[in-house]
Amino acid sequence: MSGGAELFPGPDRAAAEEILGRYPSVHRQSAVLPLLDLAQRRNGGWLPPAVVDAVGDYLDMPSMRVRELVTFYSMFHDRPVGRYLVQVCRTTPCWLRGSDEVLAGAREELGIAPGETTPDGRFTLIEVECLGACADAPVVQINDDYHERLDGEQMRAWLRDQRRPEDD
Amino acid sequence: MTEPVRDADRVFHNLDGSGDGSLAGARQRGDWDDTRALILRGRDAIQGTVREAGLRGRGGAGFSTGLKWSFMPKEPAPERPHYLIVNADESEPGTCKDREILLHEPHKLIEGTLLAGVGVSAHTAYIYVRGEFEAERRCLEAALADCYAAGLLGRDACGSGYDFDVHVHRGAGAYICGEETGLIESLEGKKGFPRLKPPFPANAGLWGFPTTVNNVETIAVVPTILRRGAPWFGGIGRPQNTGTKLFCLSGHVERPGTVEAEMGIPLRELIEHHAGGVRGGWDNLLAVIPGGSSTKVLPAAACEDLRMDFDGLREAGSALGTAGVIVMDRSTDIVAAIARLSHFYWHESCGQCTPCREGTGWVSRIMDRFVAGAAAPSDLDTLESICGQIEGHTICALGDAAAWPVQGLLTHFRDELEQRVAGGRRHLAA
Repeated sequence: MSGGAELFPGPDRAAAEEILGRYPSVHRQSAVLPLLDLAQRRNGGWLPPAVVDAVGDYLDMPSMRVRELVTFYSMFHDRPVGRYLVQVCRTTPCWLRGSDEVLAGAREELGIAPGETTPDGRFTLIEVECLGACADAPVVQINDDYHERLDGEQMRAWLRDQRRPEDD
Repeated sequence: MTEPVRDADRVFHNLDGSGDGSLAGARQRGDWDDTRALILRGRDAIQGTVREAGLRGRGGAGFSTGLKWSFMPKEPAPERPHYLIVNADESEPGTCKDREILLHEPHKLIEGTLLAGVGVSAHTAYIYVRGEFEAERRCLEAALADCYAAGLLGRDACGSGYDFDVHVHRGAGAYICGEETGLIESLEGKKGFPRLKPPFPANAGLWGFPTTVNNVETIAVVPTILRRGAPWFGGIGRPQNTGTKLFCLSGHVERPGTVEAEMGIPLRELIEHHAGGVRGGWDNLLAVIPGGSSTKVLPAAACEDLRMDFDGLREAGSALGTAGVIVMDRSTDIVAAIARLSHFYWHESCGQCTPCREGTGWVSRIMDRFVAGAAAPSDLDTLESICGQIEGHTICALGDAAAWPVQGLLTHFRDELEQRVAGGRRHLAA
């Protein structure tokens, strides 16, 4: 249980303990996914190896048991991502409603290909599988938010808006 | 008929979120109305009513819910607590119904969780919400907090003397965790590798204890069934295919959306009356995937008199699945549409079973060759053979689910595939 104070400082400590409280104390490893999520949010959207290991220490889990979760679950990132993680759904229901056009709009606006981050570190663009909002296709998830029924131009406009200097 | 279901028979009155989703709003719609009395009916009566109503699981497999509950041990041993898990890991392409419940009808789900918990003698439930559903999770957690504050959950829930806790568990991005034993592994803090059955979760589930896993929609209809009775629910639809059902309409329809309709509603009526019709008219229909991505595609000719229930779709050579209806008009490259699904299953295979881990990649690569018009003449047979080697040879149903869309394509659109063979019959396409 070492490392908790450094891993989840201040108010995060209470959040981490609230999460742990959902599971029987003998099964504290059940909290690993929500705690990795909490740690990732506090580390700029990605999980450096030292943070992953600290989560393992906190839960008395071997570090390999935690690291394999980071690679198994798609929402964990083992490399830095941009401030805006732009996730374009590519699965059939979104594709039928124009996800190719949305992706093209994002590529053109950002000047990067899927899997890449803009040089200023502001945007990472990736394609993802079904986001479960098929009746509102095409869907793009940007950080926590779903953007629904987009077209290519709306995608470009949204990304342009995030470039405004007052955001910095 | 302009309504998907008679208003008097509707279970979900705020599915579109136009009403008040709060506890007060839910109470006005009849949720949490004397729940204490329903709890006091006891486990056997609750199980019995749900079974008599003919409720079948809404998560895809369609297994009898009451029967599933009856597999739980009759009397919980003190050292072996029972658990109820609600599967809100909604990720089957074409499916977006549970999301509407989480956003707009969370109290139907929470009240159902409590009553289903009584039905399986559980005092703790976990609702496993897919990680991407951040807004949905916040809605659910806010509703849960209101329920605790109002004494509806926790110690002596609803004044019934029954203690019941509900926790939210967030996933982290993995379709496989929608499979019930993969979900249990994930909830235990592990990779979502499905378990071999037996033992079934009712005997050895979460942390080895008796566990029932049910889909969100299944749980959310339970309070209404208990209030209105088994004959009411069982009187809607056909025998073995009873009740109302949420249908998700996506793809090439004028008004995509999720609607509640009677089981067995003809597909054409569902699309024309409740989704504004096929883009360009019914005659512009090419094909429909009727029950989420795992179900076999059906060509327009098979859609004319299709009844949207378990038996109707099985007879047509497909399945109701999650009732995620993906509509494709004649502008669709059907090979590319299915290839996207093959890529999905490749991406989502957990990697535990070799036929699925390797086979889904082979299928996806071959499908991409067909899309590009670069397939070899032998690829048709190879595709068929690989699908046959995946289907039925894996621990969980993801392998089957990966094979079926391609098998449906081979059955109904073989010509399309033949035309994509490099230097073969491509001239026919011109």
